Amino acid sequence: MIEVQNLIKEFEGRVVLNNISTKFKEGAVNMIIGKSGSGKSVFLKCLVGLLRPEGGKILYDGKDFLKMKHKEAKRLHRNMGMLFQNAALFDSKTVLENVMFPLDMFSRKNYRERKKRAEFCLERVDLLDAANLYPSEISGGMMKRAAIARAIALNPKYLFCDEPNSGLDPKTSQLIDELIQGITKDLEITTIVVSHDMNSVMNIGDHIIFINEGVKEWEGTKNHIMDSDNKELNEFVFASDLFKKIKEVEETGPETRHPEA
Amino acid sequence: MSITSTLESIGEYALLLRRVLMPPDRAREFAKEFSKEIYKLGVNSIWIVTIISLFIGAVIVMQIAYNINSPLLPRSTVGSVSREIIILEFSSTVICLILAGKVGSNIASEIGTMRITQQIDALDIMGVNSANFLILPKVVAFVLFMPVLVIFSTFMGLYGGYVLCAITGNPSTDTYVYGIQFFFRESLVWYSLIKSMLFGFIISSVAAYYGYNAQGGALDVGKASTDSVVANSILILMTDLAFTQLMMG
Ligand SMILES: Nc1ncnc2c1ncn2[C@@H]1O[C@H](COP(=O)(O)OP(=O)(O)OP(=O)(O)O)[C@@H](O)[C@H]1O
Ligand SMILES: [Mg+2]
Repeated sequence: MIEVQNLIKEFEGRVVLNNISTKFKEGAVNMIIGKSGSGKSVFLKCLVGLLRPEGGKILYDGKDFLKMKHKEAKRLHRNMGMLFQNAALFDSKTVLENVMFPLDMFSRKNYRERKKRAEFCLERVDLLDAANLYPSEISGGMMKRAAIARAIALNPKYLFCDEPNSGLDPKTSQLIDELIQGITKDLEITTIVVSHDMNSVMNIGDHIIFINEGVKEWEGTKNHIMDSDNKELNEFVFASDLFKKIKEVEETGPETRHPEA
Repeated sequence: MSITSTLESIGEYALLLRRVLMPPDRAREFAKEFSKEIYKLGVNSIWIVTIISLFIGAVIVMQIAYNINSPLLPRSTVGSVSREIIILEFSSTVICLILAGKVGSNIASEIGTMRITQQIDALDIMGVNSANFLILPKVVAFVLFMPVLVIFSTFMGLYGGYVLCAITGNPSTDTYVYGIQFFFRESLVWYSLIKSMLFGFIISSVAAYYGYNAQGGALDVGKASTDSVVANSILILMTDLAFTQLMMG
C-alpha cells in the first residue's frame, strides 16, 4: 500500500507541492488530476523516487521510501513499473528487446523463459506482430503499449503512468485506458495514473485525487466528482462542454431538454 | 565560467564517477554493451585515424626533411626525429584531440538524448544503476581500445612518411627506415600508450558527464555535445603538459 504524508516539494524556494497527504487504493486505478502546471508530474516523480521531496513521508507498506537504505530502495524499484508520457522506450533496442530488458537485468531465468515472458507481455498488449521493430518504426499508440508491456514484465506491484493517453486519438486513448484498467485488475496491482483527460477519469478512475496549485483540493470516487461543491474542482471538471451538458441533463432530466421528443 | 560553478562541476563529475566505477549489476549485460561499444567507439574510429595519420605523417617528414638541412647531421635524422614526434605527441595527443571530437560528441549526444527522452529515468525506476550501466561499458571499451588506435596511428604515420620518401627521394626510403630504427627507445612507446589511455578515460568520462547532466530539449543535447568537446580539448592539452613535465622533467 502507498501512503503519502505531508509531502512538500520546492524548486529553488518555489513550493510546487504543498503538504499533500493521501492514501492510494490498493488493487485499483488511482487518478491524479489537475490543471497543467499544478504539480501532478512532480508528485508522480516524487512517488517513484526520481525527485527528492523537501519534506514529508512516502510509505510503501508502512516503510518510508525516503529513509530506505540503497539495497531496500532497489528492491522496491523492482516492484515498480512506469509508463512515461513519451513512452521512453530504449531506441537502440527492438520492441521485444525493450520488454526483455528488465528481465535480462533482474530475472534469474534462462533466455528462453525470459523471451517467453516478454512475448506473453507483448501478447497482452496485442503487439506481438511488432516485436522486431524499433521504436522509431512504430506509432505513438504502439509505443505506449510497448512501454506498458515493459512496465509489467517483472510483475510489478505498482504501476505509474504519466498521461498515458496524451497525444493519442480518442479511440486509441480509450484502448490504452482499458488496457491499464484490465492489467490493474488482472495482476492485482496498485496503479497511479496522472491525467487531465476527464473521459479517462470517468472511464477507469476508481479513486480520484484532485491537485490544484500544489494543494490536494479534493479526493473521492467518480460517482461524487460531478456533485462536489469544490469550486476549483467544478471549474476543472466542467471546463469541458460535454461534462457541462451531462451535468445539465442530470439536474434537469433528459425530457425537459427535448420537449419535442 | 565562474570559479564556483567550475568547482561545482568538478564535484558533480566526481560523484558521477563514483556511481560509474562499480561492478556492473549483470556481467552478461555488461559484456553485451561492452562489445557494442568496442565496435562503435573503437573500430569505427580506425578509418579517421588512418587517414589523418597517413597525411600528417607525410607532412611531418616533409617539414623535417626541409628544415633539417645541415651537412653536420646525417639524413637519417629525419627518420629519427619524425619517429619521436609521431610517437610522443602526434599519435597520442593529436589523435586524442580528434577523437575528443568524434567519440566525445558521440557519447555526449547519445547519453544526452537518453536523458531528455527520459530513457535514463526509465532505467532508474527499474532499479538499474543508470550511470554504471550506460557509462562504464563506454569508458572501459574506449580506454582498452585506445592503445590499438595509437599503435595503428603510429604505424600509419610512419608509413605516410615512407610513401613521401618513396615519391620525393628526400631522404631515400632506406635512410628513412634506418633513421626510424636508430636509437629506438621502447619506453617511449609505453609512455605514449599510457598517456593515451589516460586521455581515453578523460574523453569518455567527461563526455558522458555532459550527456548525463543534459536537460531541456534537442538543442540542449547539441550544446552538451559541443561543450564536452571544448572541455575535453582543454583538459587533454593541460593533462599533456602536466604529464610530459612529470615524465620528462
Ligand atoms: N525540474 C524542475 N525544476 C524547476 N521547476 C520545475 C521542475 N519540474 C517541474 N517544475 C515546476 O513545477 C510545476 C509543476 O510542474 P508539473 O510538471 O508537475 O505540472 P503538471 O501538473 O504535470 O502539468 P502538465 O499537465 O502540463 O504535465 C511547474 O510550475 C513547473 O514549472
Ligand atoms: Mg505533467
